[in-house]
Amino acid sequence: MTGGAREAVPPVLKVEDVGLAFAGVKAIDGVSFEVAPAELFAVIGPNGAGKTSVFNVLSGVYRPQRGTVTFLGEDVIGRPPHRIAAMGLARTFQNVELFHNLTVLDNLMLGRHHHFGYGPLQALLWLGRARREELAARARVEDIIDFLDLAAWRRHPVRLLPYGVQKRVELGRALAMEPRLLLLDEPVAGMNLEETEDMARFVLDIRDELGVPVVLVDHDMGLVMDLADRVLVLDFGRPVALGTPAEVQRDPKVVAAYLGGAP
Amino acid sequence: MTERTGQVGVRPGVRPDSGPGGPGAVRARRPKGRPLLYTAYAQDMALLDTRAKKAGLALLLGAAVLLSGLPDDLLVLLAAGYVAAIGAIGLNIVTGYAGQVSLGHAFFVAVGAYTAAAVSGDPGGRTLGFGITSMLVWLPAAGAAAALAGVLVAPLAARLRGLYLAIVTLGLVFLGEHVFKEWDHLTGGPGVGRPAAVPELFGFRFDADSALGTRAQSLYMLMLVLLVVFAVAARNLARSRIGRAFSAIRDRDIAAEVIGVPLTRYKTLAFAISSGYAGCAGALMYTVTGFFDPGSFNLLMSVQFIAMVLIGGVATVSGAIAGALFVTLLPRITQELPALLPFVSADTTQTPNVFQIQVALYGLLIVLFLVFEPRGLFGIWIRARAYWKSWPFSY
Repeated sequence: MTGGAREAVPPVLKVEDVGLAFAGVKAIDGVSFEVAPAELFAVIGPNGAGKTSVFNVLSGVYRPQRGTVTFLGEDVIGRPPHRIAAMGLARTFQNVELFHNLTVLDNLMLGRHHHFGYGPLQALLWLGRARREELAARARVEDIIDFLDLAAWRRHPVRLLPYGVQKRVELGRALAMEPRLLLLDEPVAGMNLEETEDMARFVLDIRDELGVPVVLVDHDMGLVMDLADRVLVLDFGRPVALGTPAEVQRDPKVVAAYLGGAP
Repeated sequence: MTERTGQVGVRPGVRPDSGPGGPGAVRARRPKGRPLLYTAYAQDMALLDTRAKKAGLALLLGAAVLLSGLPDDLLVLLAAGYVAAIGAIGLNIVTGYAGQVSLGHAFFVAVGAYTAAAVSGDPGGRTLGFGITSMLVWLPAAGAAAALAGVLVAPLAARLRGLYLAIVTLGLVFLGEHVFKEWDHLTGGPGVGRPAAVPELFGFRFDADSALGTRAQSLYMLMLVLLVVFAVAARNLARSRIGRAFSAIRDRDIAAEVIGVPLTRYKTLAFAISSGYAGCAGALMYTVTGFFDPGSFNLLMSVQFIAMVLIGGVATVSGAIAGALFVTLLPRITQELPALLPFVSADTTQTPNVFQIQVALYGLLIVLFLVFEPRGLFGIWIRARAYWKSWPFSY
């Protein structure tokens, strides 16, 4: 694994021997890894390797048959997704999963859902706490709009926006949650070079300026190797290699998984 | 495209303008000659965020008040339309905002109507009554009883969606119809009915002629005021965390859960609030006629509410009001048809007659609106506004 300095700090996320199967198909089989504070951790692998399944286990959409997931010192397996989200785990999706009829502003405000404390009665009257909290949330959301350069689209319904911008809005929605850990599922899939570079810059900014650890899944090897501190390689749900980008790239098992070498 | 202007960190609690009282606490003034320039988020998030909207609403309300000079039969019709609008706003909350199709709205209307009628009914009368005629008691009671019924039905919505939920809520209407027809002590029985709730507030009877105006005028003003209250509350709800959560569930329920919206709780809440609105509408609906029959709460009533929402505009409060008025006034307009179209008869024994057309028209209008303007009357308004804003250019 890594040096002793990292071992001293408790990891933000600890995944131990997780196994998930759909009937006979083993989607994840014995995956273990840790994410340190402010680390940029990448998960890569060929199509169907189980990358998105790992994310779905972490965010509570799937419940694994074995293994443990510890987030900020607490076991999260079996908790409903909205509880895990409230603990500070935010994610984006491989295929953009925004609220299409709502504006960029409303999508970002929804990210702050669990930061509000007022109830239905106060909402109907829009008095006191409801009004105060909404205004404060709006100010925070505007920070994110600045951060991600979304000001031009603030009032647009999300469904009308170009794909690259939608990806950015989804990142913004995750950031609005004020996450303790951010899971990005293929943030640059289908993007052109310029959009990819923009997104890479945002990801680095999130880690460096906000200090939020990031788990990144992507197929863009150039991006992953440039950004990530450590990389986990999956193939058919099993871990193949774990280490720094340079170590992983040299690993013959990784080359075999990608290029189909002799077993 | 805008240039990126420096990276602003999203750190907690370090906003320059968050002085004591938080951002927006200082009431920023709008510079002269720049009516569209906002200098505080409170201005941007206001319900009436432009001068045109403020003036438009003032005109509309002024016109509504002036309408109280109309003949009594029209006033009664409009008052019924305002009450229907409260019910339609309620259905729009669960179906329009939260996306849970409900055909059971008539059932919740009935729960409210019977709760209010029983609370304010004559204790010595033929039907159940507790003799508390104050609106301050029976209106909240009707809303609360219907909301409770909504909460009891909501677990179905947590398990079912789309067509399946529609069918289950449809079953609710038939179930309710049967219970209300059999429960004579509460409802008076089919064909007989019972007296409706008594609209009394601090000793003032809205259902009687008084020094302030005729019976129809009093009821008209009462319903207008209540509609404004319920509509403003619904708009507030829609722009709050709760309204946003409803829309999130409608658009993408799994993503909503992953960002922290508990689905079951919010679906339950949507049903509770929607049914609460329906209950209040039911309580008020029959104060105009003074009497009602358990046969009223049938599928046709549910379909009429759906028609109001679809014709008016899904997920808009003003659309629901416009739709409700449209659907309520429609029979009155079709009554004039025989005078205009010679082949339409006012006689029920002939075909086509006015009553056949009235029933068929709801279905026809729903189909036409869904095909040609899914955003309803609200959508037509938006298009007209956009046209005149950019006139004489097409865009």
